[in-house]
Amino acid sequence: MNYFSDVGALARKDLRLELRSRDTFLSMVLFVVATLVVFSFSLPAQTEAEASYGLLWVALLFTAILGLTRAFAAEREQRVLDGLVLAPCDRSAIWLGKALAVVAFLALAELVALPAFALFFEPVTWELVAAVVLADLGLAAVGTLLAAMAAASRARELLLPLLLLPLAIPIVVGGVGASISDDPGRFLGFLALYDLIFAILSWASFEYVVTE
Amino acid sequence: MSTSLRNNTAVALAVAAFVLLLGGLALAFYWVPDAPIEGFRQRIFYIHVPVALTAYACFGWAAWKALRLLWLRDERYDLESYTAVHMGLIFGILTLVTGSIWARTSWGVWWSWGERQLVLFLVLFLFYSAYFMLRYSVDPGPRRARMSAVYALFGVVLIPVSFLAIRLAEGLIHPVVFDRNVNSNLAGSQLFTFLVCFAGTLALAASLYVNELTGKRVDERLRELREALT
Repeated sequence: MNYFSDVGALARKDLRLELRSRDTFLSMVLFVVATLVVFSFSLPAQTEAEASYGLLWVALLFTAILGLTRAFAAEREQRVLDGLVLAPCDRSAIWLGKALAVVAFLALAELVALPAFALFFEPVTWELVAAVVLADLGLAAVGTLLAAMAAASRARELLLPLLLLPLAIPIVVGGVGASISDDPGRFLGFLALYDLIFAILSWASFEYVVTE
Repeated sequence: MSTSLRNNTAVALAVAAFVLLLGGLALAFYWVPDAPIEGFRQRIFYIHVPVALTAYACFGWAAWKALRLLWLRDERYDLESYTAVHMGLIFGILTLVTGSIWARTSWGVWWSWGERQLVLFLVLFLFYSAYFMLRYSVDPGPRRARMSAVYALFGVVLIPVSFLAIRLAEGLIHPVVFDRNVNSNLAGSQLFTFLVCFAGTLALAASLYVNELTGKRVDERLRELREALT
């Protein structure tokens, strides 16, 4: 399969770059731990346990935004995107490769964040882990497309949170619901639906965003 | 379309909007009987709901034009899509304002997270405000047109997804305090008044849209001519 070997090569390129510099991943980990510590001071003493799950989702969302603002940094600074667009591969492969790399970064950051959350606040349940995985897929799908848009704008890093936050509200609803509800299946199903819809939409529309 | 015909359409739409809105308001205030529980103040329904539906129509129209742009690769649709989003945002803000007034008169609060439509419009307001931020920070050209079109298409998908999310969040994250079944059973006179008001707001939106579009096209033409001169 030619398409998937292109995707694999593009994702490997991002992971190798990250392995050599390690700046995005390390800043995401530090950021999410620091956010959790700040949140522990922002909760009143007699807060119910559910509130900390809500804060965890805010921390995860902000960490994802932090990682996504750097997603196209190398491409922009070294003008790699022009070369990629000219390369004889499907443009949606660029999106898929980048989204896979973003999922990998998010998952690595959460491998630190979730144990830290369990240590500082509440236990991590299987429903929470499932919701985090589904939310990562959705955030990476939408976020990669919007990051490509933001990278083409003059406002750059400033623009991405403005574009992404309204679109991420359903993810937060699904994630918080799956973590605290008695019936997490509905919320996990909703997250899966969100992923499906927006992954197809982003996959189909990426080409229009990167070509001149 | 010739200029005179376009002018005629604009005038006809403006007159229709004026007559229908005036008639609708007169019907709402003098003809429709008081609502059983809410009484006189329920009449804001005849403004609030048509304005909200018109905002949806504008966003839908913008997405349709965006789809045409991406499909036919014709940049002409960019200005139309942009103007439709502009109108949608104006009517969206009006929805937030009238909904807030209604919440205040009914329950004594300016804002209630239990009110689905209002929360949805707040999300849409944020989303489409970012549309303008995106447009103004990208250099004009075919790429900006396509990026705006993709974003407008995302918006029309976000509307049902957000609505579902807000319904799911209800009761779990925000407690349901109020339940208002406005659309449950409209009597004949109420339905007629509502339809007149809805036609009025649609005509108003269309009239504003046509005027704005003409203005923007003239603006663009003028800029082209000026560039050709220098």
